[in-house]
Amino acid sequence: MIKTENVSMRFGGLTAVSDLNIQISKNEIVGLIGPNGAGKTTAFNTITGVYKPTEGKVIFKGEDVTGAKPHKITERGIARTFQNIRLWKDMDVLENVLVACHLRMNVGVFAATLHLPGYRAKEKKSREFAMSLLDSVGLADLAHEPATSLPYGKQRRLEIVRALATEPSLLLLDEPAAGMNPQESLELMEFIGKIRDQYDLTILLIEHHMQVVMGVCSRMYVLDYGVTIAHGTPDEIRRNPKVIEAYLGVD
Amino acid sequence: MKRNTILTIAGLVVLVAAVGLADSILGRFTVRILNLSAIYIILALSLNLLNGFTGLFSLGHAGFMAVGAYVSAILTMTPAQKEMNFFLEPIVPILARIQLPFPIALIVAGLCAALAAVLIGVPALRLRDDYLAIATLGFAEIIRVIITNIQSVTNGAQGLKAIPKYSTTWVVWTVAAIAVVFMLALVRSSYGRTMKAVRDDEIAAEAMGIDVFKVKSTSFVISSFMAGVGGALLGHLISTIDPKMFTLMLTFNILLIVVLGGNGSITGSVLGAIIVTVLMEALRFLDMPMNLVFFKTNGLPGLRMVIFSILLMIVVLYRQRGLMGNKEFSWDGVLGIFRRKNSTRNGGRP
Repeated sequence: MIKTENVSMRFGGLTAVSDLNIQISKNEIVGLIGPNGAGKTTAFNTITGVYKPTEGKVIFKGEDVTGAKPHKITERGIARTFQNIRLWKDMDVLENVLVACHLRMNVGVFAATLHLPGYRAKEKKSREFAMSLLDSVGLADLAHEPATSLPYGKQRRLEIVRALATEPSLLLLDEPAAGMNPQESLELMEFIGKIRDQYDLTILLIEHHMQVVMGVCSRMYVLDYGVTIAHGTPDEIRRNPKVIEAYLGVD
Repeated sequence: MKRNTILTIAGLVVLVAAVGLADSILGRFTVRILNLSAIYIILALSLNLLNGFTGLFSLGHAGFMAVGAYVSAILTMTPAQKEMNFFLEPIVPILARIQLPFPIALIVAGLCAALAAVLIGVPALRLRDDYLAIATLGFAEIIRVIITNIQSVTNGAQGLKAIPKYSTTWVVWTVAAIAVVFMLALVRSSYGRTMKAVRDDEIAAEAMGIDVFKVKSTSFVISSFMAGVGGALLGHLISTIDPKMFTLMLTFNILLIVVLGGNGSITGSVLGAIIVTVLMEALRFLDMPMNLVFFKTNGLPGLRMVIFSILLMIVVLYRQRGLMGNKEFSWDGVLGIFRRKNSTRNGGRP
């Protein structure tokens, strides 16, 4: 599904990510973990086109997408959420999802402005799709509330729904459980498993909370100072001395 | 029919009647001010599309208006009028003979302004915020300097006089109405939503598959088209234009309307345009000599602007987001206000 080949990202003298080699097959849920500043988000940004990697290649569905513009990457089927929530604050919940639907609507600015019949049909379809997405995560009754008035956990869900509205095949989640209590995190992980099955997704997620990712991921990569220090199933990772060292520190 | 539809139709009928009535019974001076406010509605809407809906801080509006005003003026003047105007240096022969009907000239004026936007604005759109403002400001000045210097096309600093007065009450108010309807339709379409998304969070917009650059340039070009049309109408209203008219001051006036009315509100721009244009004239008495019982002033030119600035400061201090915020007029909202008033009158009972 997606593969990174020796991806490195340097900012001046700082190497944020070096020689990252990730490979994910279809319908897997893979975790990317590591302490703060390990380069996890940078790795995401190189995959989604926010940064062009200094070296290496990103291959998605067999095609080289290295350094493509973020919106082109999304068009190819990679959607993401953000570590610090980035909802559009002046719009309501439904509009937030509808904006993401725009990508697949394929309408011109004139057809849209003149509200031509073709546009109306597409707009109606998008609205139905957006409502069905909101319904499936239990946000349908909040559709007309301002997006930022939702409680934190629901805003996170809305961000995921918004990403789903671009009809992705690969979903990248950047610390979806950040700021959640253990109970909420568990619910979220269940939710991630559910959307994977429902929308036929492949998921790569960043998380610091080890316990949380252990439950939901089939495999994980561990980064520390930009270097991949371990890779394997949750059980292997838990026993890996390097990981323990990175997380807990060893004398 | 739904109540709101009936109210809208009734409102439109009243508006059309009001325009007709004003046109026939009010004095020429008053009508001219009303027409000027219609033109300012068009200009404010076009700047609001950029500033309020797409979040692009542009200060180059006067430049695009100048392009529109000159194109339409040159295309509609008769060969005889052109000969009279271009006494220092004759006009380019192709332009001397050309004369188009007003509606076509108006559209061509808009298209030329849009073309100017493509040529000079689009490269500038790689910049953001204040940098974009400075760059667009610079481009507007470039346009103005070019207009001043191509004597055989624009008549340079002498400007153009005796431009046909095509901007009648019906013409300007019809175009203003079209502009309002167009903006409503655009902003409420899926394209309008992407513009707001770009304004609120560009990074998120990009990640959701929106081609940010395309959205920005579309908005910029549409806005310039409207500015061109507005500028052309302005030329046909006051019947004389020269490069000095299209300085930053003009852009500032429009920006003031947009901010006063509410960034991102169509209703706000319409109200702002009317209020500002009317006040600018209504407060003119302040510049005249006044007799205030205790002391007499002998004409303080500029006092009008002082009062005007103070009014503006009050609005901005107490309503940071302008008169309308980013809200729009709706019948439900208006009826809601009446209902609330009634309920307080009845001691809080609905």
